[in-house]
Amino acid sequence: MRGRESFGMALEALRVNRLRSALTMLGVIIGVLAVVILVAVGTGAKDAVEKEISGLGTNIILVVPGRLSVGAAPTQSKLSLADVAYVRRVVGDPSKVTVSLQSGETVRVGGTEAFVTIVGTDQNLTNIFDRPVDKGRHLSETDVDTRRRVAVLGSEVADKLFGDLDPIGRQLTISGARFRVVGVYGKVGQTFGVSRDQEVHIPVTTAQRLLGIPRVNGIAVGASGPDEIEPLQSRVVAALADRYPGEQFSAVTQTQLLGTIGSVLGMLTGVLAAIAGISLLVGGVGVSNIMLVSVRERTREIGLRKALGARQRDVLSQFLIEAVLLTTLGGMIGIALGVGGALAIQALTPVPASITWWSVALAFGVSAAVGVFFGVAPARRAGRLDPVIALRAE
Amino acid sequence: MTAAPALEAVDLTRRYQLEGVAVEALRGVSLSIGQGEFAAIIGPSGSGKSTLMHLLGCLDRPTSGQLRVNGVEMSHLTDTQLAELRNKTIGFVFQSFHLLARTTALENVALPLVYRGVGKAERRHRARAALESVGLGHRMEHRPSQMSGGEQQRVAIARALVGRPKVLLADEPTGNLDTRNGAEVMGMLDRLNSERGVAVVLVTHEPEVAEHARRQIHVRDGLIELDTAAEGRGA
Ligand SMILES: Nc1ncnc2c1ncn2[C@@H]1O[C@H](COP(=O)(O)OP(=O)(O)O)[C@@H](O)[C@H]1O
Ligand SMILES: [Mg+2]
Repeated sequence: MRGRESFGMALEALRVNRLRSALTMLGVIIGVLAVVILVAVGTGAKDAVEKEISGLGTNIILVVPGRLSVGAAPTQSKLSLADVAYVRRVVGDPSKVTVSLQSGETVRVGGTEAFVTIVGTDQNLTNIFDRPVDKGRHLSETDVDTRRRVAVLGSEVADKLFGDLDPIGRQLTISGARFRVVGVYGKVGQTFGVSRDQEVHIPVTTAQRLLGIPRVNGIAVGASGPDEIEPLQSRVVAALADRYPGEQFSAVTQTQLLGTIGSVLGMLTGVLAAIAGISLLVGGVGVSNIMLVSVRERTREIGLRKALGARQRDVLSQFLIEAVLLTTLGGMIGIALGVGGALAIQALTPVPASITWWSVALAFGVSAAVGVFFGVAPARRAGRLDPVIALRAE
Repeated sequence: MTAAPALEAVDLTRRYQLEGVAVEALRGVSLSIGQGEFAAIIGPSGSGKSTLMHLLGCLDRPTSGQLRVNGVEMSHLTDTQLAELRNKTIGFVFQSFHLLARTTALENVALPLVYRGVGKAERRHRARAALESVGLGHRMEHRPSQMSGGEQQRVAIARALVGRPKVLLADEPTGNLDTRNGAEVMGMLDRLNSERGVAVVLVTHEPEVAEHARRQIHVRDGLIELDTAAEGRGA
């Protein structure tokens, strides 16, 4: 008997038992669906975070007080503007060092209010981060030196407070103090779920006085090239440790951030895929069960086929193909639903989802393998049935 | 040179092991069925008729003794070779028809040819001819559930014929049929034997059915009690 005949018989058997075939496939469908969707969401999250980090700029080193690790509590900052000047001397090129002091505050224009992130920074910000202005200008050295009350708005803040009006030159109130708008940033999107378009930048000196905080939250250093990043990073950390013996400072590069977050999210995706894989395995056990029931139910059929000249391997391949057909059909339906589901998640929710060809190929391969693995035992049992016993069975 | 008998059994025994208890279903049966012969195996229920038929049809192997099919000793053949032997030389008809449910008459009849590797077009052609020869040309696409018992048994006969076997083994072929349908099926077996020269071995417990055969082999308790062929030769 040729392969095509076995295939046809298996397909026919599945068609004849439509409802049972569908229910058996359900386990595999759900398993594959889960693998495809969970991997898509995990990969999507990783891609999104990586894009955000790369979107900040290139060759950036962030210096923060305390030990930096995922999930660690933020440490009370000890860094002051004097330390920023110190780091500038260590780095050598003062224009490649900038500073940040952040606080959530309410801003007001006339009757319109918005809760924004006030960022105290300086003129060097744009030497390090990609942050083009859409209108007006950046903060200047004079703004910082003379503690001017000027502000550069994130695009969403500008939209919300001024609408269609041109904000340049207009007034706004931050925590009761009046500021003049000198610039509006272009749209940059979000980092770690926080929209950077909802920031308002003011000179760091002005921010310290306004907020009554003599410290800064962090220092950012721009390296001149990828090879410069690591030596610069260790130089800055060593210099700060020198200045504050017994204190811990951390410097983290974009690459390290990408690596850490990438591996955490990669692991998460792996765990999700493994959990989904278990449900695929459970689906396989279901296939095995149903195939055993099917072999028992069709004992007479098997006996008859053997009487008419079916060899052991004809019967075995018929049942094995049936099992593999069940799981691969289930796999294909699961992939279709999974891809559809991932696209729907992408389109309808803020959760990013990205379909990877390897997860689709893997899900299909695994479902075929599950069919072979769980189909072999029932198929062998069918192939070995004694025709006389099978024919006598009623 | 005379042709080898279609079936030749020498001192066949078959013992079943049932929960540790040995059941001697056959206790030494010797018989020979010539090419084109029509013989009935008759005996009460439980006498070993079906066991004998399964051995003659190479569905089972004897505990001891020899069986030659067209002169070939079956104990030398592997299971795969036995499957091929059954496919080519033996046709079966069973009491309960044994048709595949939810499969058309045509496909049921074509099934033995599938295992012979015959292409689909030729299978359908030959199956159609076989169905027409049993008077079911109008039932090709019917499923077993859409046919009467008599029609189903005729489909089974067409299936036994489609591969042009040398021997047809029929185990109580009329057992599930009423008198009229039973008579029709028996008439068909008669014609098959006389017109096509297929050797027919008919298993039954009913003397009236056994009357169709020229030769009666009476079986009781796993032994041949009386074989009219031997009697005829002896007289
Ligand atoms: N698979 C089996 N296991 C145990 N005993 C069996 C088996 N098949 C048949 N027998 C026994 O063998 C004897 C002959 O059975 P069988 O050949 O079916 O008789 P018949 O067809 O004449 O009614 C019976 O006693 C039956 O119970
Ligand atoms: Mg019987």
